[in-house]
Amino acid sequence: MAFSPQKKSFAIKDPTISMTTTPSFYETPSPPELVGIKAWLLTHDHKRLGLMYLWAILFWFVIGLTIGLLIRVELMTIGRTIMSAAVYNSAFTLHGVIMIFLFVIPVIPAIFGNFFLPIQLGTDDVFFPRLNLLSWYLYMFGGLLAILSLFTAGGFPDTGWTFYVPFSIGTKHNVPLTVFAAFILGMSSMLTGLNFITTVHRKRSPAMGWMQIPLFTWSLYATAWVQLLATPVISITLLLVIIERFFNIGLFDPDKGGDPILYQHLFWMYSHPAVYVMILPGMGVISEIIPTFSRKAIFGYRAIVFSSMGIAIAGSLVWAHHMFVSGMSDTAVFVFSLLTFLVAIPSAIKVFSWVSTLYKASIEMTPPLLYALVFIYLFSVGGLTGLVLGAAGPDIHVHDTHFVVAHFHFTMFGGTGFAFFAALHYWWPKMFGVMYDFRRAYIAATLATVGFMFHYVPMFILGLKGMPRRSYDFLPQFSQGNGLAAVGGILLFSGIILMLINLMLSFRKNRIIAAANPWGGCTLEWTIPSPPPLHNFTKEPHIKEYPYDFSDIPDSPQKT
Amino acid sequence: MDPVVGIDRAFWYIFIVSAVLLTGITLAMVYFVIRYRRSRHPNAADIRGNWKLELLWTVVPTFIALSMFVVGWKSYTGLRIVPAGSIQIQVMAQMFTWIFIYGNDKESENLLVVPENTPIKLNIESLDVIHSFYLPAFRVKVDAVKHFPTYVWFRTKGPGEFDIFCAEYCGIDHSKMLAKLKVVPQKDYETWLAQKNE
Repeated sequence: MAFSPQKKSFAIKDPTISMTTTPSFYETPSPPELVGIKAWLLTHDHKRLGLMYLWAILFWFVIGLTIGLLIRVELMTIGRTIMSAAVYNSAFTLHGVIMIFLFVIPVIPAIFGNFFLPIQLGTDDVFFPRLNLLSWYLYMFGGLLAILSLFTAGGFPDTGWTFYVPFSIGTKHNVPLTVFAAFILGMSSMLTGLNFITTVHRKRSPAMGWMQIPLFTWSLYATAWVQLLATPVISITLLLVIIERFFNIGLFDPDKGGDPILYQHLFWMYSHPAVYVMILPGMGVISEIIPTFSRKAIFGYRAIVFSSMGIAIAGSLVWAHHMFVSGMSDTAVFVFSLLTFLVAIPSAIKVFSWVSTLYKASIEMTPPLLYALVFIYLFSVGGLTGLVLGAAGPDIHVHDTHFVVAHFHFTMFGGTGFAFFAALHYWWPKMFGVMYDFRRAYIAATLATVGFMFHYVPMFILGLKGMPRRSYDFLPQFSQGNGLAAVGGILLFSGIILMLINLMLSFRKNRIIAAANPWGGCTLEWTIPSPPPLHNFTKEPHIKEYPYDFSDIPDSPQKT
Repeated sequence: MDPVVGIDRAFWYIFIVSAVLLTGITLAMVYFVIRYRRSRHPNAADIRGNWKLELLWTVVPTFIALSMFVVGWKSYTGLRIVPAGSIQIQVMAQMFTWIFIYGNDKESENLLVVPENTPIKLNIESLDVIHSFYLPAFRVKVDAVKHFPTYVWFRTKGPGEFDIFCAEYCGIDHSKMLAKLKVVPQKDYETWLAQKNE
């Protein structure tokens, strides 16, 4: 029983909140006349939309994860292991497209942003609820279109998620349609961003000043500006690709005097800022979880706010560090390498602030905290190996090798992915009003972390030894590393599946009912019932002078 | 300085500084979580920040990052400044082979033979899609683009055989687009160069 304290401590209702008198948002559709499935598909409620995103995104995540596992199993041995080269090339293309556009970009803003941003601001919904519903439909439509476009042009998709020209023009594949899908998905994410910016400015509780906004919401605000300003670039690219294909203008095709490097600039001008759309909300999640389980103010609130904005601005100016070997001018290499090093500083500030928050804290270990601590470690590895890639000389050697694959997955999977897992475990009791089993959650987290290390650390070494990415086959000197990575991949996959099963089991018949504030959190979502009522607040929310002031959180959960 | 040494030094400099930082962050994190666990430390201190510390960990990493930039940039210039008297060889990339064309019009497929202790400059272009010429042993890589010439250079040492890869995904047999670099003594090189195309 040592591992399941939640039965005793986390399940007890906070006596200050009467949960029986206020029906939750599950029982009160919005608009009120809607019933059954329509209450979901036509809803204006930001909480229902958050959950609709949750199930859609989890679906794509499991598909992307499975394809990723199959890729590593294929690479377990030299030559054909389980699939042909054609299938392998489709597999990594699908894995990339699904994971980037359908999972990592929307995962935290669309699910937890939609659910919690209005609550953290002390309001009842986002500023444009109907636009919010439209964003969900654009996401679903874009997802469907992306997959269709990959399969409708005859044969498997095989361009990689970067669609580099002239390869992508020369193949029979449907690049304009795929870029169109990316544009639709970008549109969805842009409208969500627009909604968040407007909500923060216009719907924030009048008592809440800028320096009283919780850090998760701050990170979403910074992200929203990137979404709003970077997405138009992908629409320009789309327009140019369509003009290229249908009017044979020759913008990118070198045979017609076009410039394939121009395409890469346009692609990364959107896709690199998109990387910060992926990581900033994850950092916001960690900035909530660390103080809650430390029962202590976050160290350097202002510095974290400004570093979020700093990352959003500087992160939009570093795209060409993906192109040091493309043949672009040495001056451009100089400028983009320098800017890349500058964007490392705000991330470092955040890591130092999180670790300092733990100093002289009162720390209670829980599954969300464990995921958050693992995030800090994995994200630090990802960030620090990024310095090797930002340095012009060393980048030439490791560019387009497995080193990049490992770095990228440490930041996006070890970073955003683990922040997503942390957020799931942190807010699950609030969203569903039920608590999951801790013991299985710890086993899953450990399995996933150990698997993660065995999966990706060998790839750093493979990259340094010169193994290119996107290779179906490899030379004998790379056998050991690929074998090890496959074993790690299987562990990692098992850990994540166990984690998801454990969360699903929280819905079983003899469920554990979650308290309104099971963790002793101090942001506004913990002052309302689990799950929240339709309009979030039944009485005017009390806005704290300082958002991470734990002095009035009555007792630690174990003592209640 | 040999470019390979420059790149490796820059790499190890960044790697060691990063390893020290990572170890420090991780140890501090684990120590705090154990030392300040709630059962042992029930009341947290109220610390909201410390501007001196925050300034310190903004300024110091900025200088560290700038030093890494400088080291990285210097090693990059080593790859770009080609010494006079290099042997020039034309490289054409196509799905899925490498073609090497020497000054005397000798052509060779997937085999690059060069003399020892000599600077070699490879002028690279693609005949179709983008490929990337990658010779890990000499830390060089550059994209091969159609109608857009690029180059790499490296200085050979003793005889040996090294792998050449295509690093930019180029289609179904991308992973089979391999070539060998053979560094041979000057005399063997001359003999090889004089042989007619097969």
